[in-house]
Order: sequence, then structure tokens, then C-alpha cells
Amino acid sequence: MLLIKCPYCEDERPELEFRNAGEAHLVRANPIVDQSDDDFAAFLYFRQNPKGLQFERWRHIHGCGRFFNAVRDSVSDKFLTVYKAGEPKPNVEQLVTRGTTPAEAVVESPAPRTPRTKKAEA
Amino acid sequence: MVETIQATRLHPLQSGRTGPAAVSVTLADNATRVSLRARPDAVAALSKALGLALPTKPKSTAVNGSRAALWLGPDEWLIIDDGESNLVADLAKAKVLHSAVDVSHRNVGIIVSGKGAEGVVNGGCPQDLSERAFPVGAASRTVLGKIEVVLWRTAENTFRVECWRSFSPYAFAFLQVSARDIWV
Ligand SMILES: [Zn+2]
Repeated sequence: MLLIKCPYCEDERPELEFRNAGEAHLVRANPIVDQSDDDFAAFLYFRQNPKGLQFERWRHIHGCGRFFNAVRDSVSDKFLTVYKAGEPKPNVEQLVTRGTTPAEAVVESPAPRTPRTKKAEA
Repeated sequence: MVETIQATRLHPLQSGRTGPAAVSVTLADNATRVSLRARPDAVAALSKALGLALPTKPKSTAVNGSRAALWLGPDEWLIIDDGESNLVADLAKAKVLHSAVDVSHRNVGIIVSGKGAEGVVNGGCPQDLSERAFPVGAASRTVLGKIEVVLWRTAENTFRVECWRSFSPYAFAFLQVSARDIWV
């Protein structure tokens, strides 16, 4: 079982107390009516799902109940760091060079979000 | 020589102690319970109204007489009082923004007590319950088997398990079976 550190409980807890809540740092456009349909579809539906390090929201649902963010390697499942909701993205390169991640971990710079449905239609 | 213990077959509906189990699983007395939510700036006034210092450290509790406050989250506490005092009326005296919901009948308390109680709870709870990680006075919302519970260590070998009313037959049976399996 994974042990996940909750930044609010300041404690490592078993993964059964947590629930993954998808990709982190998605920003809703303001005002949202000015956004094109493609951009809105990208915001609403399309996720990076990278092989390697990703920013994720987690909820300590059977603990303190709080949402927080984490950097996790989707290959090794290793958590590099966790931080409270609303805090800025941590510097991933720095975390990696500190040697806290396995060698196979790849830092992928996020690709621009493109709606995939367009390809299918073309 | 390896010591072997002959297992005996038990009926699935057989409950209670059948072996030399040292851990008892009993129902806690009825109690008044309040789910309290408040921002940090209201903690001092609420503490005064309750007559105890609301804990602000994760996994901690504060006790005064029959009344206890369990830290559940950065803005959330479970207040349990099994005495005669009027918990809700006391909280109403605090003129600061807060939410206090009487959940007395939503929860059921189960007391797991005796040498090996830690192991009995660990039969369904994945948290580290060693005294280093979960000392006397520690409390936390967590899981037991397939349900959510609030766990509170009231003494070295005593835990209070608070679960929701409709989950209580499951929790009680689970803990009894777990106690049956513990050999100290
Ligand atoms: Zn937490």
C-alpha cells in the first residue's frame, strides 16, 4: 500500500484514505464566454496524462477532507512532493536533481492542449 | 521446534469471544456529539464557550471532564460529551461565525479495550497505530474495513471507534471477529 503525505495532516497516511481528483492547476477562463468552443472543450475534457511526472489533485477524503496537490511519477507511482491547494507549482527540475526520483522518471514539458475530436472529424 | 496452533472451525454467525481473546468490544454510552466547523479566528471564542482548548494540531484531542474535542481537519472538530452538560447550548453562547450540527444520533461509539486492542483495530484499519505514530490522545478520521470511522485512542490499550449509525452492525461485527483472531 502506498503511503501518501497529506500537507494538512502533516503525516504519511495509507492510500485507502485518499482519492485522486484528476489533473491539477486547470484554470477556468474568465470570462468563460469569451473562450472558443475548442478551448473550452480542452479545458473541460482533455488531460495531459503524461508518462512520467504529473501534477495531480488529491483529496484526503477519509482523513481531514482537504484537497491538495501532488507531483507523482505515473510510471513508478512515487510521490515527489505534496503541497496545499492554492500554492504555486513546485519547481520539478529542482526536485528531480535533488535525487528524490527514480532514474527512469521523465520530465515532460506539457504539450499544448489540442482537442482530439477535431482529428477524428477531419 | 515450531509451535503449531490447531485452528478450530467457527460458525460464521458466531460472535463474541471463543478463544483466549483479551480484547473486549463493547458499546460506548450514549453521548451528545457535535460536528463543529469554524475558521481559525473563531477558535478562541469557541474554546471559551466549550470550556476546553480546541486542538489545532493534526491528529490531536483536548479533554475536559466528560467533554472531548477531536481534531478532524483544519476547520473541523468532532465534539463528544457523554455527561449531562448541554453541548449545543454552550456552543450557542459563542457569538462568532461557526457551524455546529448535532450529530448525536448519527454516530455510534464502540469501545475496543484490552491488551492487543491496537491489533484488533488494525485488523481493518491501515493506519500505523503504534504508540509512536498514534499515541494516547491521538484521534483521526480513517477507514475500518469498507467504512469510514473516527478513531480515538483514549488509553494505551483502549480505542473508541465512532461510526455512522447504519454502519454500526458492520463495524461491531468486524471488530468482534478481529478480536477473536487476536492472540496476545
Ligand atoms: Zn489530511
